Amino acid sequence: MIGVEHYLTVGAILFVLGVLGIFLNRKNVIVILMAVELILLAVNLNLVAFSAFMQDLVGQVFAMLVLTVAAAEAAIGLAILVIYFRTRGSIAVDDINRMKG
Amino acid sequence: MSTQILIIVFVPLLAALIAGLGNRMLGNVAAKSITTGALLLSAGLSWPIFLGFLSGSETAAVVPVLKWVESGTLSFDWALRVDTLTAIMLVVINSVSALVHLYSWGYMEEDPDQPRFFAYLSLFTFAMLMLVTADNLVQMFFGWEGVGLASYLLIGFWFKKPSAGKAAIKAFVVNRVGDLGFMLGIFGTYLVFQTTSIPEILAAAPAMSGSTITFVGLRLYTMDILCILLFIGAMGKSAQLGLHTWLPDAMEGPTPVSALIHAATMVTAGVFMLCRLSPMFETAPTALFIVTIVGAATCFFAATIGTTQWDIKRVIAYSTCSQLGYMFFAAGVGAYGAAMFHLFTHAFFKALLFLGAGSVIHAMHHEQDMRYYGGLRKHIPFTFYAMLAGTLAITGLGVYHLGVGFAGFWSKDAILEVAFARGNGAGQFAFWAGAIAALLTSFYSWRLMFLTFWGKPRWIESEHIQHSVHKTPEQAGADTTGGYHPHESPVSMLIPLGLLTIGAIAAGQVFAPAFLDSAAFWDGSIFYNEDLIHAMHAVPYWVKYTALIVMLIGFAGAYVAYIAKPDIPAKFVATFGALHNFVYRKWYFDELYDAIFVKPAFWLGRKFWQLGDVGTIDRFGPNGIAWVVERGAGAAKSIQSGYVYTYALIMLLGLVAAVNFVLL
Repeated sequence: MIGVEHYLTVGAILFVLGVLGIFLNRKNVIVILMAVELILLAVNLNLVAFSAFMQDLVGQVFAMLVLTVAAAEAAIGLAILVIYFRTRGSIAVDDINRMKG
Repeated sequence: MSTQILIIVFVPLLAALIAGLGNRMLGNVAAKSITTGALLLSAGLSWPIFLGFLSGSETAAVVPVLKWVESGTLSFDWALRVDTLTAIMLVVINSVSALVHLYSWGYMEEDPDQPRFFAYLSLFTFAMLMLVTADNLVQMFFGWEGVGLASYLLIGFWFKKPSAGKAAIKAFVVNRVGDLGFMLGIFGTYLVFQTTSIPEILAAAPAMSGSTITFVGLRLYTMDILCILLFIGAMGKSAQLGLHTWLPDAMEGPTPVSALIHAATMVTAGVFMLCRLSPMFETAPTALFIVTIVGAATCFFAATIGTTQWDIKRVIAYSTCSQLGYMFFAAGVGAYGAAMFHLFTHAFFKALLFLGAGSVIHAMHHEQDMRYYGGLRKHIPFTFYAMLAGTLAITGLGVYHLGVGFAGFWSKDAILEVAFARGNGAGQFAFWAGAIAALLTSFYSWRLMFLTFWGKPRWIESEHIQHSVHKTPEQAGADTTGGYHPHESPVSMLIPLGLLTIGAIAAGQVFAPAFLDSAAFWDGSIFYNEDLIHAMHAVPYWVKYTALIVMLIGFAGAYVAYIAKPDIPAKFVATFGALHNFVYRKWYFDELYDAIFVKPAFWLGRKFWQLGDVGTIDRFGPNGIAWVVERGAGAAKSIQSGYVYTYALIMLLGLVAAVNFVLL
């Protein structure tokens, strides 16, 4: 029998993967965007799992909202990246340190 | 009399303000006319007051002016005190000042800053009048500092000359040393008597005789310590041995200033103060002993230096210093009347000598070195006769049995006799020092006359004359005048010389009976010792003739050395080089003070600057804080890597911490 704890475990694993993807990634900003998506999905999984087990539809409605935001975020993020690549010729994470003090 | 005295004192101040503030707007002639007119008015009003005291028709009075300070037991007002002592000073100050104002019309003719000069002169006169009319010690101190300020401004009048600026600062600083003593004296007097009013202090002083006070950890006689402190103030202002170094340097100022301030009036303020406080000094035998010794030592010391100097004004400056020594030891032995009498006559003949020297300098195209004078007798005869009268007055020509003599004879003879008549050790010392100084006085005065007015002209050696005639000594050849023609000074300079000549000849003869022998004339304004005056008249004849004899010896010495055998001075210098050098370099006082005070002060200042300011305050203060901020900022900015993932990590850690904090 698959219980809520299994869903939560998968969600947690996905979340940690997403977080580590942001921190340990040294290559490409696109990977960071993907990692952010992963985190959002992990959260969605939790919302849906709780919604199903607690018989409350609000969680699923909220999951739809998160998906919409994630899509918009991905679109804007990619657009910024394209512009950034055009001007600087690179989207390697290690090259993006203009905020250095 | 009350309106007159107000006019006498305050009109010079008003004139100084108008001329000083109006300055260029007013123009030269207006500024000069206002100040000179004011002084002529003051002088004109002073003489009737003085003659009134002389005839006995005037009595001492105090004219209140304004409230000043009213604080607990401390209270004093602006008030003008007029008694015999003040009346004498009024005449001296206003007459000499008016003549010097008039003289400056000619002497300062080509100066671009004439209104400023005349304003300073009038300001000085006002301050000096405040000093002599003071009814309390604080007002006297006001005048005391006022004349110091005016002296500073006038010594440094030609401030574009570096030497004048330095001399002005030197005069100011050396006077501060004396003023510290004077201030401590005033504070101490207030502490002891609970008042600053001079009449009250003098009335209470005899009762304090013999009481003791703790000063710098020692148990001392109250009156002695107070009088010594006040005398230190007098030493500074009157250039007595130890604090005299500023006076010769003060000759950097224009010559009329030297005549007014550094000969006739300001430098005699110390003597005036001693006489004003004479009943107080009479209760302090140790202080009087010190006054006598310092006065006698100064009188001898300054006279020796006067014999070696070449600058005509410096010779007269040392002569002034020496004559002030006479006044002080006269006061020290208790003959305040004689001291005031010498002050009175000295003002005339010394102002005359200075103004005469100014006339010579004017004629010789601003050359002051007597080595380049010579033979001027026929070229500037009026100046010559005026200076001759001045020289006869200062050397004290006069014969006791005939009862005639120049001004200096009456006063100087009286001082020497009274010192001898005093009979104590200090008096004997003062008599012999004074007699030797009189010999030296005669020598250097005649040396000045012979070098300047007799002999062959040596003018072409002077750079000033060379500039004037556009010739070098080689081009001039045998004609040692270089073709230069000295001109007699304008009338505005000759009138003061003429009037002062009358004073130098007659002032002693006319006023001697009143100043020396009349207790009624002094009317209690000074301490008058009747017994001492009787003893003075009873001294042996050889004492009475001492001054005349040493005067003739000095004259003969100068004649031989500078007219008969002019190679003697050079031979003397070659034989006694060390002695001559010692005297010529002014007993090495300047060098000594430089080593003892100036150099260590500079050293200390440099240490404070480098170790204290730069090394400590700057290092740990401004610079230290800046260093900490810079280093802190450097450390803080290294956190800001600019990489997105670092910020994300920090955000996450922060979130975790915050959640932990809230939940747990």
